[in-house]
Amino acid sequence: MNGAALFGVTAAALVGLGLYGLIVHPQPLRKILAFNVLGSGVFLIFGVVARRGAGAGMGGDPVPQALVITGIVVAFSATALAVALLLRLFEETGRASLRSDVSNANDEAGGNS
Amino acid sequence: MSSFEGTTASGFLLVLAIVAPFIGVLLSLALGGRASERIALLLMPMGLGIAVAIASGVWRAGAALLYVLGGWKTPLGVVLRADGLSAVMLVTTAIVICAAGLFARAEFQVPRGAPERRAPLMFWTLLLAVWGALNLVFLSSDLFNFYVALELLTFAAVPLVCLSGRAETLAAALRYMLFALLGSVFYLLGVALLYGAYGVLDVGLLSSRIRPDPVAWVALSLMTTGLLAKTALFPLHLWLPPAHAGAPPAASAVLSALVVKGAFFLIVRLWFDVMPGLLPQQAAQLLGALGAAAVLFGSVVALRQARLKLLIAYSTVAQIGYLFFVFPLVIGTDVAHAWNGAAWTGGWMQLVSHAFAKAAMFLAAGLIAEAAGHDRIAELGGIGRALPISVLAFALGGLSLMGVPPSGGFVAKWLLLTAAVEAGQWWWALVMLAGGLLAGAYVFRVLGQLWGDASGPLASLTKVSIRREAIALALALGAVSLGFVSLEPAKLLQIGRAHAAEIVLR
Repeated sequence: MNGAALFGVTAAALVGLGLYGLIVHPQPLRKILAFNVLGSGVFLIFGVVARRGAGAGMGGDPVPQALVITGIVVAFSATALAVALLLRLFEETGRASLRSDVSNANDEAGGNS
Repeated sequence: MSSFEGTTASGFLLVLAIVAPFIGVLLSLALGGRASERIALLLMPMGLGIAVAIASGVWRAGAALLYVLGGWKTPLGVVLRADGLSAVMLVTTAIVICAAGLFARAEFQVPRGAPERRAPLMFWTLLLAVWGALNLVFLSSDLFNFYVALELLTFAAVPLVCLSGRAETLAAALRYMLFALLGSVFYLLGVALLYGAYGVLDVGLLSSRIRPDPVAWVALSLMTTGLLAKTALFPLHLWLPPAHAGAPPAASAVLSALVVKGAFFLIVRLWFDVMPGLLPQQAAQLLGALGAAAVLFGSVVALRQARLKLLIAYSTVAQIGYLFFVFPLVIGTDVAHAWNGAAWTGGWMQLVSHAFAKAAMFLAAGLIAEAAGHDRIAELGGIGRALPISVLAFALGGLSLMGVPPSGGFVAKWLLLTAAVEAGQWWWALVMLAGGLLAGAYVFRVLGQLWGDASGPLASLTKVSIRREAIALALALGAVSLGFVSLEPAKLLQIGRAHAAEIVLR
């Protein structure tokens, strides 16, 4: 197994783990972390694509590398936004989960007012 | 083929359409809340002018407008491309954003002498950001550019949901964000696989290289699934109703009328531009079936809603379903007529008329809720006497959703119905008829209440300005008047599609 194939398999494993976490875990924080694992897998696939597409005498195809940098920035901003929302939700309700439904939140608000 | 050509005359308009809103965003952030409203109000007529100029440019040239960024040609560089579809979407977006912006002035104004609040700055900045991101979606011609545009759109749309800062809107925004994250990472994975297999990202180049092999199928399926989560097609619609119902009225209008259509637009680009003619009939039928489930499910659930804004949000779930009939029906038509057939025109007519009708309904519902202090349908009896214009706007929007003539919704549904019968796919016609009846039921349930006997003293209502009611009515009249225009402008939808049609014929 050469390097690219090894990284390819690792990337696939990360994508699988991340997807599992994103779907199975009910807590938003775990979902956000799982998204980051999944994202890392996708970025690694870009790395594999860059390595396989390398021109003669070059370390890698620069286009996927440029895409990965943009992708990482976007994923970082997405994580920051999601965490900010979660923190704000925790401040407002004292809970960091989405399980208690919107209807419950409405009832509570109705009861207080 | 288009991608090998250089920048066309007036190609700079495409850059301007994207850059202008984002300059507004940066200026707003630098100058603060008081200036942000003025900046947005200044940019709205400019943006509308640019959109109309692009549309007329496409119409006069009869071909797509191109701008080659930095003079770098594909595959190294990136081009912006405006075809007929882009032109239609740009103009629709500009009109709805302008209406929502004018409507929102009363709510997000910083009065002279009053301390600045956070909400107005955020609202005007995000409104411009949504506009810029949508324009980027419509004008890009590169798979990775689409990704960046989609993410910008999500980052601008999610905070709009929770502007009020109430706990339930925060939960709705977080749920929206989690669905959007899943969607974007699926899309990016598809991009990685396509680049790995074909080495290009430009839509034009990719369409000439792509073959129906397993990599392409896996990549396109991943990307489509991701986009379905963002466009909230059943069964990935769970995030939409609380998010759209909890946002301020002007934001709800923009989210429901435009933002979900951005992701739909990309699905169309993927299947009809990147892989023209290769969408297998079974996959098209599956997309259509999900659309049919959305129409039936969304309408039935809308019928059972106790709150007006949630009812309208579920109706959005249903109306998005109609858009997906385009896939089986266009694939089902005779290849020579794919782009001038009833299915293609009907699908886009549905998109545009729904954008106007739904924006009008959300604005009208916002005014009704503002006047009454709540939006519980059962307690809104007789409000039609106090707010006749708003209720009329709601009614006209509703008629277009039901598909009652004369309205844009009627033309759209009639064309789709004709296409379904012509293609021998009668089952879609049944779903459309059922959807129309259900829409009638939920619209009349509300109207019966609003025009019925008063459930409380009308004097206790808060006053709302006639000017804002007129904006809602103007949008509703826009949706209705689409039913009167001839289908001549529908030719715009075919401009720039000759290339795709050639592939289909091959």
